[in-house]
Amino acid sequence: MAGVSKAFPGVRALDKVNLRLLGGEVHALMGENGAGKSTLIKVLTGALRRDEGEIRLDGQPVEINSPGQARALGIGTVYQEVNLVPTMSVTKNLTLGRQPAKFGMISWRSARDIAKTRLKRLNIDIDIERPLGSYSVAIQQLIAIARALEEDTRVLVLDEPTASLDAKETALLFQIVRDLKSRGIAIVFITHFIDQVYQIADRISVLRNGRLVGSAPIGDMPPLKLISLMIGRELGQTGLRLVGEAPPSDAPVLLEAKGLGRRLMMEPFDLKLRGGEVVGLSGLLGSGRTEVAKLVFGAMKPDAGKLQVGGAPMTGHSPSRSIRAGVGFCPEDRKAEGSFGELSVRENIVMALQSKRGWLRLLSRSEQEKLADEMIKTLAISTPDAEKPVGQLSGGNQQKVLLARSLVSGPRVLILDEPTRGIDVGAHAEIVALIRRLCGQGLALLVASSELDELVAVSDRVAVLRDRNKIGEISGADITRDNVIHMIAGTQS
Amino acid sequence: MTQTPITTNPKQPSIAATLHVIAAHRVVWPLLALALIFFIDFLISPSFFSIRVVEGRLFGSVIDVFYRAVPTAMVALGMAVVIGTKGIDLSVGSTIAIGGAVITWRIHAGDPHILILFWALGVGLLCGLWNGFLVAALEIQPIIATLILMVSGRGIGLMINLLYGGTNPSFTSELLQGLSTGHIAFIPTRLLVFLLVFVVLWALLRRTALGMFLESVGGNAKAAYLTGINARLIIFSAYIICGLTAASAGVILAADTHTSDPVSIGRNIELDAILAVVIGGGSLAGGRIYLGMTILGALVIQALTTSILSSGLPPEYNLVVEAVVVLVVLLLQSANFRGLAVSILARRKR
Amino acid sequence: MREKYLPLTATIVVFLALFAIGGLLYNNFVSTLVLGDILADNAFIIIAAIGTTFVILSGGIDLSIGSMIGFVGVVMANLDVIGWHPLASGGMMLVFGLAFGALQGLIIDFCDIQPFIVTLAGLFLLRGSCFMVNLDAVPIRHDFVQEFASVSVPLPGGGELHSSAIVMLVAWVVAIVIAHFTRFGANVYAIGGDKTSAGLMGVPMRRTMVGIYALGGFYSALGGVIYALYTSSGYPLAGTGNELTAIASVVLGGTLLTGGVGMVAGTLFGGMIFGLIATLIDFNGSLNGAWIMIIGGVLLFLFIVLQRFLVGSFRLRTAA
Repeated sequence: MAGVSKAFPGVRALDKVNLRLLGGEVHALMGENGAGKSTLIKVLTGALRRDEGEIRLDGQPVEINSPGQARALGIGTVYQEVNLVPTMSVTKNLTLGRQPAKFGMISWRSARDIAKTRLKRLNIDIDIERPLGSYSVAIQQLIAIARALEEDTRVLVLDEPTASLDAKETALLFQIVRDLKSRGIAIVFITHFIDQVYQIADRISVLRNGRLVGSAPIGDMPPLKLISLMIGRELGQTGLRLVGEAPPSDAPVLLEAKGLGRRLMMEPFDLKLRGGEVVGLSGLLGSGRTEVAKLVFGAMKPDAGKLQVGGAPMTGHSPSRSIRAGVGFCPEDRKAEGSFGELSVRENIVMALQSKRGWLRLLSRSEQEKLADEMIKTLAISTPDAEKPVGQLSGGNQQKVLLARSLVSGPRVLILDEPTRGIDVGAHAEIVALIRRLCGQGLALLVASSELDELVAVSDRVAVLRDRNKIGEISGADITRDNVIHMIAGTQS
Repeated sequence: MTQTPITTNPKQPSIAATLHVIAAHRVVWPLLALALIFFIDFLISPSFFSIRVVEGRLFGSVIDVFYRAVPTAMVALGMAVVIGTKGIDLSVGSTIAIGGAVITWRIHAGDPHILILFWALGVGLLCGLWNGFLVAALEIQPIIATLILMVSGRGIGLMINLLYGGTNPSFTSELLQGLSTGHIAFIPTRLLVFLLVFVVLWALLRRTALGMFLESVGGNAKAAYLTGINARLIIFSAYIICGLTAASAGVILAADTHTSDPVSIGRNIELDAILAVVIGGGSLAGGRIYLGMTILGALVIQALTTSILSSGLPPEYNLVVEAVVVLVVLLLQSANFRGLAVSILARRKR
Repeated sequence: MREKYLPLTATIVVFLALFAIGGLLYNNFVSTLVLGDILADNAFIIIAAIGTTFVILSGGIDLSIGSMIGFVGVVMANLDVIGWHPLASGGMMLVFGLAFGALQGLIIDFCDIQPFIVTLAGLFLLRGSCFMVNLDAVPIRHDFVQEFASVSVPLPGGGELHSSAIVMLVAWVVAIVIAHFTRFGANVYAIGGDKTSAGLMGVPMRRTMVGIYALGGFYSALGGVIYALYTSSGYPLAGTGNELTAIASVVLGGTLLTGGVGMVAGTLFGGMIFGLIATLIDFNGSLNGAWIMIIGGVLLFLFIVLQRFLVGSFRLRTAA
């Protein structure tokens, strides 16, 4: 099968993006969260309409306006969440919508044959009558691939297929991918695992902030270049450092984690947070940034290690215990884990403080309003007043409200997970400056971020993570973008 | 067809803008509905609004609406709390039935009548604990969890009746009947009782952080957890509150007929309560609890019933009218439907 | 394959156990006579429950069942007075049931309103309409009623399979075929199992949702027709509370209220369990309706808790 090529520039969350897919090639698509990977794929698979640009299949322009049309053109998709129905059998999942029927009555025998054939194409032999959900996620994914693979599939999109797989399962998946490659199918492989990309991909394209920042065959894209494309500017440019004088080394250790970890989520790590100090958590997507933040906050229960806050060991891990002990937290996913959309800005801001005080001691209305107004001013939250439902604010402002909430709870230790995501660039600097100010007041801060520039600008120490492991720390004057990138890549600077 | 441009004087807000602001306040809709119903009543029979004083107490159709709405409104208050946590309680009718049976039983056993009030509340507490246990601890879907008590509760009431002999036993209690059907000054006592229940609940929800926590758990349970709120306890408390308000309504209803009739007491009150909450602006998907507006919702439902009765229409029309009202409210609340209606209207204008 | 049939087997076992208990307690209980009577007496509610199974399988709920039964009976009785043949009026009501259900489904899907509330309004609408037509029971005098009642298939052992039971069994088989052998049925299971995935997999959402409630409405109407013929009257209060019995029958039949799991076949046995309990109590004579309610609640509780832990033990895994 001769080369399949597609070119499509330009969409809103995508700014004039070009992508060429060649048959028989594994094309890796990489980028941090919010870079535009999912949007690009949704345009390709018909879940979203593009605003401008065009898509060409074999040189001919095509319109893809629905998942059905995408499938008809030979584009198959396997989503990260394995969008199949776990309560139905494998056969039923494989044949849903296309069951062989005579006079409207499904012939299950034929259906089973079809299912077996499809699975055989991938060399899978399992009991197809068991419910899908009774199989491991790895197998479910293979079944999803089997479903997406038609006779005439030209392009197969795999969205984060290895996110829930262990090493052995990943190897099995790659075997199948190589087999598909040899049949001339163009495979789009979205992932954030750098090691895997070098195992399986022939070409890499990197998206950042909606733009295509680099695309090259694997040989022309060494890890260093790849990482710097993803999280920073070109190597060699030094970043701005806002840090004042280093905090005295006898500053109190406000939080200490020893060997804290959780199976499959994060390998055991040590971490010390001192008053007046900012510790940055750096690493690529999937390296464990959020996991470290949640383990330290108690939102995720560890199965190894100890945690000490303010010198006293933490018995029992839960957000409420942490908040009472003086630890504040600002989550990454504001919609799912942060905002109470219907409640007002004021209520959202005081919620953590209120939960700390318990249900009986209600903060008086005037106290609440005072706190809210203070925060609105300090963080420049754009809202006509404190009574507006938070759900009506823009994403960036919702993020600021969450930040305000964690500040207002009067913490000694503050954990921020992606505090600047979705906030306009101008406000970034304000937030970064705010973080340093808080330090001056004696707070200990842990900041997880994919924005390396900001971490470099604001941190006294940077903990570097890779693939759910803490691989090292960089302190003081050694904190430069280059050094962090080198540590992630495992090379010398 | 040319369109004349609309110029707005920036100094004077246009009528459209003022209407918009008014419409933005949720309280408008149920108030409007109530006003509409009363207006139609007035058209049909002007004597609807006449209020007489008989035997030292107010009488009249309007008073009747408030009078009869009390049990539904009580149940609706508790239901609003539960719905705010993204739950529902179908067993309130059964709670009332059990309450009635227990009241009759203890009266026949000779307990002081004041104590019996506590027995009744105790029933509500127990039912609330049961439902709360199923929903918060066992994590069973609220519709199904409360279905269990709904199906079996009236049977339990009948069983209690049987225990001390007799079907549909009756009782006499000056205290209880006074609370339900009596009057203080010119005002029916039950209105004062309702006011007490409302004030206590309002204080519980708005003078402590409980209301805020309830709304946060219903709005975004995960976020509530990360903010340090104990979602399980909060959900438990919601069902306990609902059980208690149902029990209060049970006292009123049982004393009204001074009989224990577990099969027919409070029939369909759960449906009326849910409708009252929805008309009052509450969403079945959880979130804000509108106590005051729920009362308005209960009044709307009762006004419909009373109006139909006094207008001479057979009372059977009641259900149909209620259904239509609910449907209209729901459709108006649905964004998709509003969009469709607007586009149809726009098309017809051309 | 075996895991799938576990809840159904459990239900059948419970039914047989109850039947056996009855046989131990009373003479002549274990007979096809009693079985035939249970089937005939409860045919109407089981038919309605079968339709509801589809709704519940899709993750929804239908509260208007009971009122539909009452409404259908009342209309048929009044049409009988002016000379309509019950088959004609019955047929018309079946179409009505279909249309009414479809309308409910459309409102649920298009306006994105929860099924509970929409079908609740449907309940009020239909029940109110019953009362608006007439307050008391109206007899259906057409000869067809007698003809229908006389149709029966003798069973070995002296019992009879009455006409209403025959209709129910036919409806049951048809429902099983629809559920397991048509694309529509597969789509219903998919929507109940994972709505978003079903949409992404290409299941036509609106069409299927409307179809589900239309089917439910059709079966409720059929139940109403059978009830009217069986009691030879149209009674405005008929079917009150039946929606709960129907839902309970579905749950006892092994269908999860969360949707996606369960079998239409089980609903038959779930409904029969209820009928059995009522018959057992009847036989006893000294027990009363209170026990039906309490036992119903206890059974429901046990089954729900069982279902809860079954779902956990199914270990249905989804990607992170």
